[in-house]
Amino acid sequence: MPKIVLLGDEAVAQAAIDAGLTAAYSYPGTPASEIMEYLISRSDGNQKYIARWCVNEKVACEEALGVSFAGQRALVSFKHVGLNVAADPFINAAVTGANGGLVVVSADDPGMHSSQNEQDSRYYADFARILCLEPASHQEAYDMTREAFDLSEKFHIPVLIRLVTRLAHSRAPVEPAPAREKNRDFPYGTWQDWTLLPTNARRRFNLLLERQKDLLDYSENTPYNRLCLNTDGGKLGVVVTGIAYNYFKEVAALLPSEPSFLKISTYPFPLKKLLELIDRVEEILVIEEGYPFVERFIRGIAGIPGKRIRGKLDGALPQSGELTPDLVARALGLAENPRLPSGDLKLPPRPPQLCTGCPHADTYKALNEALKGFARPVVFSDIGCYTLGALPPYNAIHTCVCMGASVSMAKGGAEAGIYPSVAVIGDSTFAHSGITPLLDAVHSNTDMTVIILDNGTVAMTGTQPSFGTGEPLDRLIAGLGVAPEHIRVIVPLPKNHQENVKVIKEELHYHGVSVIIARRECIQIVGEKKRS
Amino acid sequence: MKYDIILAGVGGQGILSIAFVIDNAALEEGLNFKQAEVHGMSQRGGAVQSHLRLSVGQIYSDLIPLGQADMILSVEPLETLRYFEYLKPDGAVISSSTPYQNISDYPVLEEIYREIRKVPVHVLIDSEKIAREAGSVRAQNMVMLGAASLFLPVKEESLKKYIQVLFERRGPQIVQVNLKAFDLGREAARARGL
Repeated sequence: MPKIVLLGDEAVAQAAIDAGLTAAYSYPGTPASEIMEYLISRSDGNQKYIARWCVNEKVACEEALGVSFAGQRALVSFKHVGLNVAADPFINAAVTGANGGLVVVSADDPGMHSSQNEQDSRYYADFARILCLEPASHQEAYDMTREAFDLSEKFHIPVLIRLVTRLAHSRAPVEPAPAREKNRDFPYGTWQDWTLLPTNARRRFNLLLERQKDLLDYSENTPYNRLCLNTDGGKLGVVVTGIAYNYFKEVAALLPSEPSFLKISTYPFPLKKLLELIDRVEEILVIEEGYPFVERFIRGIAGIPGKRIRGKLDGALPQSGELTPDLVARALGLAENPRLPSGDLKLPPRPPQLCTGCPHADTYKALNEALKGFARPVVFSDIGCYTLGALPPYNAIHTCVCMGASVSMAKGGAEAGIYPSVAVIGDSTFAHSGITPLLDAVHSNTDMTVIILDNGTVAMTGTQPSFGTGEPLDRLIAGLGVAPEHIRVIVPLPKNHQENVKVIKEELHYHGVSVIIARRECIQIVGEKKRS
Repeated sequence: MKYDIILAGVGGQGILSIAFVIDNAALEEGLNFKQAEVHGMSQRGGAVQSHLRLSVGQIYSDLIPLGQADMILSVEPLETLRYFEYLKPDGAVISSSTPYQNISDYPVLEEIYREIRKVPVHVLIDSEKIAREAGSVRAQNMVMLGAASLFLPVKEESLKKYIQVLFERRGPQIVQVNLKAFDLGREAARARGL
């Protein structure tokens, strides 16, 4: 079939379509958003599958699990920290097992291009005791995703696909394979397997443990894990996982001869192949994008007698940030390429910033002014464009931790004596994880002020739809039990500045739960509407 | 043959559109390519870059090693300087001279130009002026692509074909503006004896 140009994310999405997908679910998050964007864009018109944004990752994962129960193929995708949110259904789905193929995609962000940590999703697969596939190229992303659905049905487990930013957001030609039909005449799951009462769960967990040897067998035999022994390759053996393979191959050509190496792309990793490599060499260099996951297994607690093990734990490669071909070249002892002398002009950084005309900017200006005169106000913030309010000229927020944490932390902070304790959260983030802590605060009648920045969209990740916006959001907040006179709606515009400051001040002085909704459409959406 | 390009600019300046055109032209001419882009946070007015690699052979790394880029193609002069360490000593710099000043500590423009002019092979052109002449200041990215096209290992016709594909949905007038921007950029670079 002719090649098509795809992002790594899109290769995964196209593969899911071609694998007979029935439904896909996701919550936006860089670098995973383009999986669902692509699925939605391809489902227009003759819709053969369902592709939907969900309110959060846990919900997305559970919806996918329902599809699997029904005997159909499901894909759920999110960024790495989304897997934290979905961890409960994810871990338990390994115990219920999959019926229809269930593929979970977690896109890690080494280097934290757009994230708050560098967590490595391979640990989650290990924790859940399921298969993890880690493609090194676009073609592998396509081929392995297709295979993941088959493996899920063969081994009756969910399969995790681990992507990293560099693959998710890189574009290359991919050759697709003929599409497969959806599952037909698949029975539903049986209640004895899917009702995790302890008596069922114990039996299911033991089955999962028994299945481990099958998973290991798969890893030993799949061509995605490739052992390449080079008799002229010297005493060094290299273990490369995922896209680290690319950097190794890029620079290994510059060595006098290519070292023996093992490319690992599936987990549990192929133990026999690894032992065979270790047996042949005196020094082992482990190159991984992410945490030193395989390296720690190889090192154990006392290393391997007579072998030198190098990698992230001994500083041959850095433990934080993304790998680059240059870092890998250095670890292999190669000299730097000659380059132009860099000039002496000092280059100021150009960080991202709120768009000109952004409603958040007006809200922050009003909030900053309303907070003047208070001795130690704290503004707990959240995940979204408005996190940029931490930077000048706003300097308006003091925290950003995880989805929804603004509301919960403001409650905890208030209970520890912080006044005023303010939470600032976007409408979609509020729907995702802000509702439950607000319910908590109402229940305790905590002295805090929540400002919901309702711009009607998930702006940072590309203006996906929001689930808690407009008038229904007001009703939702009232339904949680916030006193109607302390639910205030403001329109963040320069002309309303004085009025907005006044409203915010009034609510800061109210000793109970107040919610101020700062409502104005995202400037990006306004622009999109104009263009179309 | 292999050819490595660093595309640079500020979020919103359309460097991914440049990448789209080169990617598809390369594919049409039977070349392999890999193109790493930046999404998410940095797209909001921050520094953005894309590594674009073309080759007749297999390409492994999505990232270009330092000192190995054949070209820096940049829609903004300060952003041009940010990636100098990627350039080969004999690599080409194709840069706009039009600044995008959304930071308070933007350096003195003449000092930026001085650094760019130190590179043996460089093209420094006023993309804003040329794009306006073509019919829209938004077409600065296509001006810079036109200037770069003198060096790229893909044919002018292939590039123009995908400029058409890229802007088709916006109507024939937008297509014409962008094709003209490309032509004027190419002429401007040629006028510098390259």
